[in-house]
Amino acid sequence: MNTADQYLKAVYLAQRIEDGPASTGTLADMLEVSPASVNEMIGKLEDRGLLDHEKYKGARLTDEGIERAHQALQTYCIIERFLANVLEVEEFREEARALESVIDDTVAQRLDTIIDRPEQCPDCFDPDADYCKLLEICGPAD
Amino acid sequence: MSLGQRVSSDHQLTRLLQIGVVLEEVVESRADHHLESLPDSEREEIDEEVRELLEEATEESAQHRERLETLIDELDAETVPYEEINRLVSDRYGPPEDTDGILYDQLCNEETAYKFYDDLIEAIDASEADFSVDRGRVLGTLRSIRAEEREGAQEVTEVMERRE
Repeated sequence: MNTADQYLKAVYLAQRIEDGPASTGTLADMLEVSPASVNEMIGKLEDRGLLDHEKYKGARLTDEGIERAHQALQTYCIIERFLANVLEVEEFREEARALESVIDDTVAQRLDTIIDRPEQCPDCFDPDADYCKLLEICGPAD
Repeated sequence: MSLGQRVSSDHQLTRLLQIGVVLEEVVESRADHHLESLPDSEREEIDEEVRELLEEATEESAQHRERLETLIDELDAETVPYEEINRLVSDRYGPPEDTDGILYDQLCNEETAYKFYDDLIEAIDASEADFSVDRGRVLGTLRSIRAEEREGAQEVTEVMERRE
């Protein structure tokens, strides 16, 4: 997943957590980068029509941005489910975060052929818990 | 969340190699399922070159898997057994409608594997981390497998073009 998609996913989840625009501070915490880096990328994504940014309020995804963010979140859900249920990784959330930048969407789609994912994915993703509400975790055998 | 492609530890490298093994197992299993999914009448009619392509893909994936498993062994980790992945593939397998569908799926298999190894090589190259296995050997193995995946994708494309 490329950096832009990781940002869009973070904005989408931050909007859900904050029930409003995603603030720079929240995004910086989620992405573990500086506020300056967030502002730079927010500007680029705004130029591409993927979000609107209002000073002192935050960023809000456009319809196109929501679509991209949904796709990115779905890819992330596949990685988490794959790690939890196929590789039986106990720390699947931490590992998914570490691996998401290396796993491309097309690779995730192939991994998706061997996991069970609910139809409502990615709406069932719980942004506070950072994983799918419906994920049944297999016993750790890592 | 980790921004930027980089493999920074033995643990992360192991995990990615394990994912590579699963991808190879999926390729191997799906190719097998494709051959078995055809009704007897169509199985007899399937072009010899398509049959050979699928059989080669199965053999090649098994070889790739073994090469990755050697590295994973040295990293003191294990892989998901083929039988387990084969069962998961069977659970959710829906046979393609016809031979063209089979070829298209096979092309996706090869291209996905190529993309995975390409990204992994780039991420290892971007890292200065020391691994407990020789970095040059890991990269050599991955580059060689990537080249074979590229050839595989080309072969499928050529067969598809001949059939048009």
